[in-house]
Amino acid sequence: MSEKVKAPKEPLFSKKNKRLVVEPLDDNNPVTIQVLGICSALAITVSIEQALVMTGSVLFVLGAGNMIISMLRNLIPSRIRIIVQLVVVASLVIIVNEVLKAFMPDVAEKLSVFVGLIITNCIIMGRFEAFAMANKPWPSLLDAIGNTVGYGVILVLVSVFREIFGSGKFFGMTLFGDRIEGTGAYSVGYMDNNFIILAPFALFAVGIIIWIQRARNTKLIEEH
Amino acid sequence: MAINKDSNGYTFIFAIALVVVVGAGLAAISIGLKPFQDKNVEIKKKMDILAAINAKEINGSDTLDISRKNAEKLYEKHILVDECVVIGSDGKERDLEAFDVDIKKQYRDKNLSWCDRDYPLYVAEVDGAKKYIIPVVGSGLWGPIWGYIAVDDDKETIYGATFDHKTETPGLGAEIKQEFYYTQYVGEKISGGIKSVKDGTGKEVGNGKVDGITGGTITSKGVEEMVNRTLEVYVKYFKG
Repeated sequence: MSEKVKAPKEPLFSKKNKRLVVEPLDDNNPVTIQVLGICSALAITVSIEQALVMTGSVLFVLGAGNMIISMLRNLIPSRIRIIVQLVVVASLVIIVNEVLKAFMPDVAEKLSVFVGLIITNCIIMGRFEAFAMANKPWPSLLDAIGNTVGYGVILVLVSVFREIFGSGKFFGMTLFGDRIEGTGAYSVGYMDNNFIILAPFALFAVGIIIWIQRARNTKLIEEH
Repeated sequence: MAINKDSNGYTFIFAIALVVVVGAGLAAISIGLKPFQDKNVEIKKKMDILAAINAKEINGSDTLDISRKNAEKLYEKHILVDECVVIGSDGKERDLEAFDVDIKKQYRDKNLSWCDRDYPLYVAEVDGAKKYIIPVVGSGLWGPIWGYIAVDDDKETIYGATFDHKTETPGLGAEIKQEFYYTQYVGEKISGGIKSVKDGTGKEVGNGKVDGITGGTITSKGVEEMVNRTLEVYVKYFKG
């Protein structure tokens, strides 16, 4: 059928494949460099638990989606490829939602709207279109893992800060005493900063992370 | 390959095949998980009912709040399932199982007038005394609000209340969920109706007034309407 000479089989963790995982963590981070997935980074970084559950859900949707799209990449008619990608994301999100509702109802209640919002997470469609449509399933999976972890790291960083200084908690444990009864640090006049809980603060936090990252890694600074 | 992937025929066939496969898969998952989800909804309902009588699990020296883990056990302990009834707007009992009545669904049904709705009444026992738990449902500013009101065994004084909402504004209308709001209802009488006021007199117990929420007037009024509309039916029933 084909007369091409088959290239020697690539090892599973070749240099190129490792780069797929490592690059999105820093040099090509989906949130701070590509500025994708910001909407969810604003919405669910109020508590660490929510950030982790969101990362887990995205990992499943992006991992499975990237592999499905990659396997179908030679079959998908290019004229309807965006619709096909959308169908894949949407059905995976429905599966996540149904599973959460059945087995983790408390988390499902808290995340209710945001799980649906995974569909609109630009990282997912972005990776489908930019990577999975042109690569084999295995590299696609690695790409998904790398990007989700890169996304998750930023979410967790922001949420740790917001949970500690916004609600005085870490993973739901109170840190500075009881706010309502005024014990612990609250008795000497410490106040939680309510602004930190609001969505705009997450934007500041992401901005600060971008600043620190570029100051440390000057090759990321674009020239004008 | 011989197939032209850009042809209309191929595109159509691919789209149809995709939809059929995805549709069937999702339907199967949904049906498979339904029993688990229904169970969770049921437990949530039991938790809400128990919250009205402020039930706690006492485990040695620890008192534990209601959670999904102990809801079933507490429900069995406190709720007298055989005495729960469903009444109609005329104050007569109806032959239905209280727990199975979905008052939210009936409230949404525009073809069902308020006098045709079913009104379930749960009977609970706390420290040897009987409490009557009345579910209420109404409209807030953005969407549905609901709650449970527990009445003492004199069938007149409110023993406890709890409210919840779907989409009220956080910090404003959504505050009906908070303790400071719903504990105002404790001690009020059900027969005279309960007014939502703005002058701060709601703090006094037993004057038939509760303080509304600043910036949440429409939600507060929604709670007022929901509570009074529903309590009227039960007052009629309690008086026999």
